[in-house]
Amino acid sequence: MATFADLDSTQIYRRHVTVPSIKVGMGTCGTIAGANRTFEAIQQYLSERSISANCVRVGCLGLCSLEPLVEVHLPGRCRLLLKNVHHSEVFPILDDLFHQILPEEYAFAQYRDEALSPWNNVPFVEELPFFSLQNRVVLANCGKINPFDIEEYLSAGGYKAFQKAISVYTSAEVCDLIEESGLRGRSGGGFPTGRKWKSVLYSNAAQKYVICNAEESDPGAFMDRAIIEGDPHRVLEGISIAAYAVGATKAYIYIRTEYTIAIQTLEQAIRQAREKGLLGQNILNSGFSLDISIKKCPGAFVCGEETALIASIEGKRGMPETKPPYPSAQGLFKKPTVVNNVETFANVPAIIQNGPAWFAAIGTAQSKGTKIFAISGKTKYTGVVEVNMGTTLRKIIFDIIGGIKDNKRLRAIFLGGPIGHCLTESEMDIPIGFDELRQAGLSMGSGGMVVLDEDNCIVDTLRYFSHFMQHQSCGKCIPCREGTRRLSEIFDKLTRKPDPLYKSAPIERIKAIMQLEPLADVMRTTSLCGLGQSAATPVLSALQKFKSDFEEHLYERKCSANVCKQLRSYSISPKACTGCGVCVPKCPTEAIKGSLRSTYYIIEELCISCGKCVDACKFNAILIQ
Amino acid sequence: MHDDNIDSLLKTYPAGRQEYLIPALQEIQHRWGFISEEAVKKLAEYLRVPSSVIYGVATFYNQFRFVRQGKYHFQICYGTACYLFGTSTLLEELESMLGIKDGEISDDGLFSLEVAGCLGGCAQAPVVAVNGEFYTHVTLHQLRQIVENIRLEENLR
Repeated sequence: MATFADLDSTQIYRRHVTVPSIKVGMGTCGTIAGANRTFEAIQQYLSERSISANCVRVGCLGLCSLEPLVEVHLPGRCRLLLKNVHHSEVFPILDDLFHQILPEEYAFAQYRDEALSPWNNVPFVEELPFFSLQNRVVLANCGKINPFDIEEYLSAGGYKAFQKAISVYTSAEVCDLIEESGLRGRSGGGFPTGRKWKSVLYSNAAQKYVICNAEESDPGAFMDRAIIEGDPHRVLEGISIAAYAVGATKAYIYIRTEYTIAIQTLEQAIRQAREKGLLGQNILNSGFSLDISIKKCPGAFVCGEETALIASIEGKRGMPETKPPYPSAQGLFKKPTVVNNVETFANVPAIIQNGPAWFAAIGTAQSKGTKIFAISGKTKYTGVVEVNMGTTLRKIIFDIIGGIKDNKRLRAIFLGGPIGHCLTESEMDIPIGFDELRQAGLSMGSGGMVVLDEDNCIVDTLRYFSHFMQHQSCGKCIPCREGTRRLSEIFDKLTRKPDPLYKSAPIERIKAIMQLEPLADVMRTTSLCGLGQSAATPVLSALQKFKSDFEEHLYERKCSANVCKQLRSYSISPKACTGCGVCVPKCPTEAIKGSLRSTYYIIEELCISCGKCVDACKFNAILIQ
Repeated sequence: MHDDNIDSLLKTYPAGRQEYLIPALQEIQHRWGFISEEAVKKLAEYLRVPSSVIYGVATFYNQFRFVRQGKYHFQICYGTACYLFGTSTLLEELESMLGIKDGEISDDGLFSLEVAGCLGGCAQAPVVAVNGEFYTHVTLHQLRQIVENIRLEENLR
């Protein structure tokens, strides 16, 4: 039987290493960027040169666009971060480094340590806004410790909070601490976590459950994945504390099946926690027992909704139920159930360890602590950042993540993906927080942030979101099932020229856009679950803020970002056209007129902008505007 | 075809419990690449759940496929970041090159296509995977080369 003393692990973080230590970022983002090959190349290098060194895989540091990211710690030198290390570059880079030569092109930053000698001309991490403006509490270990080794988490102070919870506090006291800290659910709703736990704790049932919601299927959100891949034990510890607090003996982690690396990491973490006696029967002689299982979600956006998630774990179609009863009263297998998301659980250990006052001192009056955002799209860096609540979006986008790629202009931010609001630059100064954003008529969402630049079209992006939502609607309630379908149809019409053979098409386009607002309103007020209620949110907010974009598509039938292909106008250059006539039979609407060996021309009213003539023409005579 | 194996696979789950339906379907798909009619029948008998319910559950989720995978399984990421970087053009090109659409397999059994929710390479958008091998920042030209190289290799055999 393990005891508390067994868990006092030896310090793995050595400031002074005797052999070189190399860490490779191998989360999903790193793996896709080719980190596996980089890792193999490093091992090959070390064995070929007979160099003894530690080479380990770590999670994501949050700089996904600089992957494969490699940290090299040579004896006596500061830890150095290298960016974009392609496997073919490993040998020359390491040759340089082992001869104490800096591969300048790849050096990104170094960690300051007064006892070690720094690298010349390399910024320290605290000098880079990406690191200095963040407050990495939940992500503290991500990209730094080996997620496959429980010892590293223990040496970083892991599972101390869990020990403290089960040995010092009663269940009710843990709930109190969490409530005092002001922690609110991180998946978007912002419900006070402590209050949710209490309602489960005080419900009378022999069996209770805890579910960790890792079904992060907003395409463009990857905060939870980053936490799990970088620091899985923090999540397990949070779940364990929650289970103790509510009196549950069984917990599930419901995770997207596409997250293969995160699932492997979790499986290994659970196995190691069991071996250490941190999971199982009578944990650390406290009398508390807990088992955690992984349930893989077979892919459905709606399963992020808690009642749908519960249905899915029970082996049914993932369809939401009406609430109440809430899961805290009648959840999994009709038993009281706590459902929180990954980030919420990952916040718990630090709160128990440092006390609720410490947590409550971070953030704003109503929103405490930090929030993690996954930022993708047209920004300089793509990645995961953690900031104090109350930070402005401007700081996140323009300072931390480096602004817009290639010095282009920001067009919009979609906060919360396909069910979130769209924001313009004028709203960048609103501080991040549940109530602060709500007062401005916005919502925080789960933390996915997609950034559009001037090359992206708002209407086309909304068309993408509406098709996504139509596909993901479970079909149970009519406002959502039919509403998302109508939304898709409306956006299809807007991004296409009216069919010339169908006389009432132009008037239908105008009618469609007039119906947008009432349709969105019906969906918002009458849908069963959050998916349907918020499916039209991006549309409504874009209608207010980007009216001219809609008008341009509707009246002028033009897309100034030149994204909506079917709104382009085509013409034939008289100079380049040889009159070969190859394009004529390719045109589905017979819009190309003329005669052989003379210049052909396109009748704009008949043209549907399919672009088939462009493919057919061998002389580049078709002009696109 | 693989009845015996399915029986042994099913024995790893307790009989008559619907909560094991999804894990069992996932394991079947993991081993054989798709959900066959026989597998559904066996599963229905074992878990004591009508096969109509099994089809209801299996068709609800994006993961399950009822057609086997081609020798080269293309996954094209259709997440938001990839979309902003022009994955729709790539998808059109891929569909016309392979002559198949999402969830289909080509007549020669060589290619199958899957439009994936989000593969997780938002920083490397657009992303295409062939049999699990990732191609990042994919351009139309690169995509054509990938397909051409596969065709060349197959013709040489």
